[in-house]
Amino acid sequence: MSSDTTSAIGPVEGAAYDVDNPAPYIEPPRKRTGRTPKSTRGNFEMAAWLFMRLSGVVLVVLVLGHLLIQLFLDGGVSKIGFAFVAGRWASPFWQVWDLLMLWLAMLHGANGLRTVINDYAERANTRLWLKGLLYTATVFTILLGTLVIFTFDPNIR
Amino acid sequence: MPAGTLYRGREGMWSWVAHRVTGVLIFFFLFVHVLDTALVRVSPEAYDEVVATYKTPIVALLEYGLVAAILFHALNGLRVIAVDFWSKGPRYQKQMLWTVVGIWVVLMAGSLYPVLGHAARELFGS
Repeated sequence: MSSDTTSAIGPVEGAAYDVDNPAPYIEPPRKRTGRTPKSTRGNFEMAAWLFMRLSGVVLVVLVLGHLLIQLFLDGGVSKIGFAFVAGRWASPFWQVWDLLMLWLAMLHGANGLRTVINDYAERANTRLWLKGLLYTATVFTILLGTLVIFTFDPNIR
Repeated sequence: MPAGTLYRGREGMWSWVAHRVTGVLIFFFLFVHVLDTALVRVSPEAYDEVVATYKTPIVALLEYGLVAAILFHALNGLRVIAVDFWSKGPRYQKQMLWTVVGIWVVLMAGSLYPVLGHAARELFGS
């Protein structure tokens, strides 16, 4: 401890600041000003974070409703067959339900797995290949499912 | 085990682990499920044949597991949203996890008969 017990800073060089002689304004570090270059990264990660929450709420309703119909009501899984699918997809309501569920669930799951890959695959090359595989499989599955819902033909035979 | 190497995350960490594991499992099932449903574009017979495997007792048990994974992921997902958007969420995250576990146990008990009833009748006769 120094002998000066009133301040840890010690005497300030030059004149003391007061109302008529204010201290120079120091900008906070990393403050965004007009001279700050625009970020080149965008807000993708924030949008992805928000999408997980928004799609999650919708999926709780869509998926639990789907499970209730397919696995619980009316004999559970025993009743499912081509005729049952044809009966449900005769209604635009269930077509839209299933289409929305397909897209949201696939994108929600793909983004979740993207996070998992980023967390555990340590080599850049491994991440690249795993994510390439993930995106390929995701696009294929979404397009296949969409095609099936839109082109379903109850009189295929 | 040397001291200090086990991260003691408790409820917060373990619910995060369970959320990841169930999420990945559900996503893999989703791929298979879209593929099997796509068989309705091949022929009614092809679709019904694949769906017949979903009605066997062993797969019924897997379906019960799927329900377990989806219910946990859904309930815990709502908890995550509450932690992120509700001002008191982080303070009550433990209580909310045990609420999630409680609701999950009740729903899983209630799902036993609807999901596995047909398999039990097949195995032990009606």
